[in-house]
Amino acid sequence: MKEKAIAVHDLRKRFGNVTALDGIDFDVERGTVFGLLGPNGAGKTTAVRVLATVLRPDGGHAEVLGRDVVREADAVRRRIGLAGQNAAVDPNLTGRENLRMVGMLGQMQRADVMPRAEELLRRFDLSGAADRPLRTYSGGMRRRLDVAASLMPRPPVLFLDEPTTGLDLPSREELWDMIRELVSDGTTVLLTTQYLEEADRLAHRIAVVDGGKIIANDTPGRLKAQMGAVVVEMALPGDGRADRAVGLLAERLRDRVEREGDTVRITSDRGARVLWDILRALDGADLEPDSLTVREPSMDDVFLALTGHHVTPGRPGPQGSATSDPEGVGR
Amino acid sequence: MTTIAVSVPVQDSRDRRIPLGVVRDTFEITRRNLIGYRRVPQLLVFSTIQPVIFVVMFRYVFGGAISVPGRVAYVDFLMPGIFVQTVVFGAIATAIGLATDLKSGLMERFHALPMARSAVLAGRTTADLSRNVFVVVLMMVVGFLVGWRVQTNVWGLLGAALLVLFFGYAMSWVFAVVGLAVGDPESAQAAAFPVLAPLVFASSAFVPVSSMPGWLQAFANNQPVSATASAVRALTLGGATGSEVWRAIAWCAGTLVVFAPVAVRLYRRKV
Repeated sequence: MKEKAIAVHDLRKRFGNVTALDGIDFDVERGTVFGLLGPNGAGKTTAVRVLATVLRPDGGHAEVLGRDVVREADAVRRRIGLAGQNAAVDPNLTGRENLRMVGMLGQMQRADVMPRAEELLRRFDLSGAADRPLRTYSGGMRRRLDVAASLMPRPPVLFLDEPTTGLDLPSREELWDMIRELVSDGTTVLLTTQYLEEADRLAHRIAVVDGGKIIANDTPGRLKAQMGAVVVEMALPGDGRADRAVGLLAERLRDRVEREGDTVRITSDRGARVLWDILRALDGADLEPDSLTVREPSMDDVFLALTGHHVTPGRPGPQGSATSDPEGVGR
Repeated sequence: MTTIAVSVPVQDSRDRRIPLGVVRDTFEITRRNLIGYRRVPQLLVFSTIQPVIFVVMFRYVFGGAISVPGRVAYVDFLMPGIFVQTVVFGAIATAIGLATDLKSGLMERFHALPMARSAVLAGRTTADLSRNVFVVVLMMVVGFLVGWRVQTNVWGLLGAALLVLFFGYAMSWVFAVVGLAVGDPESAQAAAFPVLAPLVFASSAFVPVSSMPGWLQAFANNQPVSATASAVRALTLGGATGSEVWRAIAWCAGTLVVFAPVAVRLYRRKV
C-alpha cells in the first residue's frame, strides 16, 4: 500500500500555558495540495514547524513519507522543503549564492548544485537579478527566491507557510501557477494561508484550524457548499426594517438569512439568481436597502458557518493582516 | 525447494551520506559569513577604527600618565593589551551574527535542512576567526607605526599572534552564548557590553593591575584578558614566557570547554 505523504495523529504542542496544537489529525495524499486555513495564532505555523522537524511536538505522532518527524528527523529533512513566513534568505548573498548554499547544505551532489540553481532562477524569473545581493530585492522577489531555495534539493514534500502573505496580486498569481506546476510534477504541498480564496484555488483538501484544533477537513467544493458561494449584505437601518427584512426573506428564500445589527446577510449557493429573489421580495414589501454588497465568502464567513462565531476577537482577522507580526504566530 | 525471502532494505538515494559532510557544511557556513563581511565592509571598518582610536588615545593621551613597572616603554605594554581588547570587542560580531540569523528565520531554514547540526556555530566562529587574522595583522601594523617594537624574535611575534587568535576564538563562543540567549541583534549588542566591559577594563590590558584597589586586583589578576595580555607581553618583550603562555592557554581552553557546550545546547533549543 502506498503510504501517505503526510500522516498526523493527535499532534500536541504547548508554549508555556498557550496551547498551540490541541491534538490535530490529518492525512495528505501524495501529489496533492493540502491547505491549512485559519487566522493568526490558530496553530498553522506550529504544525508546519513540527512537520518540518524544526520543533519537537509534546505529544502525538507525525510522519512524512513514512518517516517519523522526531525519531527519523534527518531522513525527513532529506525529503522536505520549507519556505517560511519571513523570507529566510541571507540578505548579503546574491540570489545564486543563496541557492548554492541551500543546495550544498541540502546534501546535493556538488555537480548538480549550480545547474539546478540556474534552472530555478530561470523558472522563478530571477536570472536577471541572480548576481545581486538579496537585500536589493523587492519583497516579491525575496519570496520567490525563498521558495526557489526550498526547491533546490527537489524535495518530494514541500511546506509553504503563508507563501503569499504580503505579496501583491500579480506576484500571488505567479506563485500559485508555480505551485500548480510543482504538483503536476508529483510534489506534495502543504500550504498554510489566511485566505479562503487561496486555499480554494490551490488545495485539493482544506483543513480549517482554530485554537489549535481542526474544525473542518473537506474538499473546497464541499466546504463552500456548506457556507454558500455568494454572500449578499444589505444595510437596513432604523424602524426594525432589518427585522422585517429577515422575517420576509427567511420565509421566501431557501438560503441562510442572518441579521447582525442593521445588516442583513444572505448566504447562498445559487449565485446571482438569489439577488433577483431578494430584490423582488424587498420591492414587494417596500423595503429599500441603504446599501447592498455582493461578495465571495471570506474566511470569516467560513468561521461563522462552522463555529457560529467570527474569527476569535483579539486576533487579527483575515483583512488587514497582510503585514501581521510573524513573531506572534504559533509561538 | 524452499525459498528464503531476503528482505533488502530499500536504499533510498536521498539517504546517502556525503563523506566529511560536517566539514563541507561548516565550510559552507563559514564562506557565507565571510561573504557577508565582504559585502558589508562597514562592519569590518568600524570594528577596526575603534581599536585604532584606543591606540591613539592610550598611546598619546593617557599614556603619559600611566607608569608601568620595569623599564618597559608604555607603547610596548599597551599594544599586547590592544590586541586582546580588539578581539574581545570583535567577538560581539559573533553574537550579532547569530542573533540576526535567529531573527531572520535563516536558523529555521538551517534546522529543516539535512546538514550537520554543529556546522552553524562552527561556521560562524570559524568566519570570525578568519576575520580576526586580518584584524590582528592590521593592528600589529598600526602598533609598529606608533612605535611598538618586538624585543624578542619573529617566533615570539608569531606565537603572540596565534595566542591572540586562540583567545579570540574562545571569546567568540562566549558571545555566541550571548547572541543565542538574546535572540535579536540590537539586544545582543546591548547585552554584550556588560559582559565585555569588566573583562577588558578591569584587566591588565591598558594599565598595570598594581594601580588598582586590592579587591579589584583579585579579579583583574585572575581572568582571561589579563592572562592573555600578560602572555602576549612575555612573548613580545621576553621574561617568564613559558608559565605565562601556559596559563593563558589554560584560560582560553577553559573558556571554550565551558561556553561551547552551552552555546550548542542553546542553539539546539532555540529554533
